[in-house]
Amino acid sequence: MRDRGVIYTGLLIFLGLMTFPVWHDLAAGTTSRGPQPILPKQEKQCVAPLAYMRTSHMNLLMDWRETAVRRDVHSYKAFNGKTYNMSLTGTCLTGCHTNKDEFCDRCHNYAGVSVQCWECHVDPKLARRSAP
Amino acid sequence: MKISRKGFLEIGGLSLLAVAGKTAIGALLGKVEAETGSQPGAAPATRWAMVVDPAKCAEKDGCSDCINACNKAHNVPVIKDPQHEVKWIWREPFENALPTQASAYTEKKFRGKAVMVFCNHCDNPPCVRVCPVQATWKRQDGIVMMDWHRCIGCRYCVAACPYGSRSFNWFDPRPYIAEMNPDFPTRTKGVVEKCNFCEERLAKGQPPACVEACKEKALVFGNLADPQSEVRQLLESRYTIRRKPELGTQPDVFYLV
Repeated sequence: MRDRGVIYTGLLIFLGLMTFPVWHDLAAGTTSRGPQPILPKQEKQCVAPLAYMRTSHMNLLMDWRETAVRRDVHSYKAFNGKTYNMSLTGTCLTGCHTNKDEFCDRCHNYAGVSVQCWECHVDPKLARRSAP
Repeated sequence: MKISRKGFLEIGGLSLLAVAGKTAIGALLGKVEAETGSQPGAAPATRWAMVVDPAKCAEKDGCSDCINACNKAHNVPVIKDPQHEVKWIWREPFENALPTQASAYTEKKFRGKAVMVFCNHCDNPPCVRVCPVQATWKRQDGIVMMDWHRCIGCRYCVAACPYGSRSFNWFDPRPYIAEMNPDFPTRTKGVVEKCNFCEERLAKGQPPACVEACKEKALVFGNLADPQSEVRQLLESRYTIRRKPELGTQPDVFYLV
């Protein structure tokens, strides 16, 4: 047991490296911090109640997509009687969430969700930037 | 009440006959309805169609107003390589666009002349028949519509279309879009695309972008189901031809002679 010191030092270094992500996040304080999406200032009410949107916005968007593309119906009657045009870019991103990176992306990145929406649907802010 | 063996069999047989008869009559009626539904007489109130006047189109040589308007409206990428190019509306030499009309003695003024071609929005679309996931379908108003969300990129429709109206995105088209239009999505790598008769503009009551852009009025768009529409008037007063009519696809795009 002459190598005890070396073995324990090695084990300590190994454990330290393995648990590095935990220490790192604790030190940075990111574990207690949520995704903190920035809500739109000008608009207070979404097309559906907050609790529903928080858990099921993807279902609503899927419904919009099916209704607009496959049934050629474009207006959506919201729970509060208001009608909206069913369009991700036209209604959601132009009307309220002009900050896609601070709203959609922040939460999706936090939750480790990769969505395919943006491979085709255009963020108006980026479109304007790319224009000559 | 006691029921005899004979009586039981009689009642059972009659009940079975009644059930079978009702189903058969229902099925027959349903079938008759479905058949009449596809006939032009019982067509819905809207049937979009386009009439192209190649003579008017040729008035301004080298004009690309319609192509540019379409590309801009739909974020169509401009890719030079013919193996990868994406086209919604484009110029096709007369002999290729209307091969049955061209002969060795085709008038010189037609030979090699450009004809504007795009999706014919056929009444009997072969692309729709072959799509394994129903990503493309025939709408009630005649538009052969596409759902890019659902397209799996198998390219059966590209092979089935006899007009070459469908293009495949071999790579991400975004770098090839000069000016991104946020009102319309781009496509992504691995999906097929084609002219959609500007269904997004029709939904807002606007004419297709190419029709609006053509100052020569060489493209006339309208409702075939309306006898007063401009397309119907043109079809009734002038002789028109369609691309490859022998295939029985029944295009909804007509060319004035």
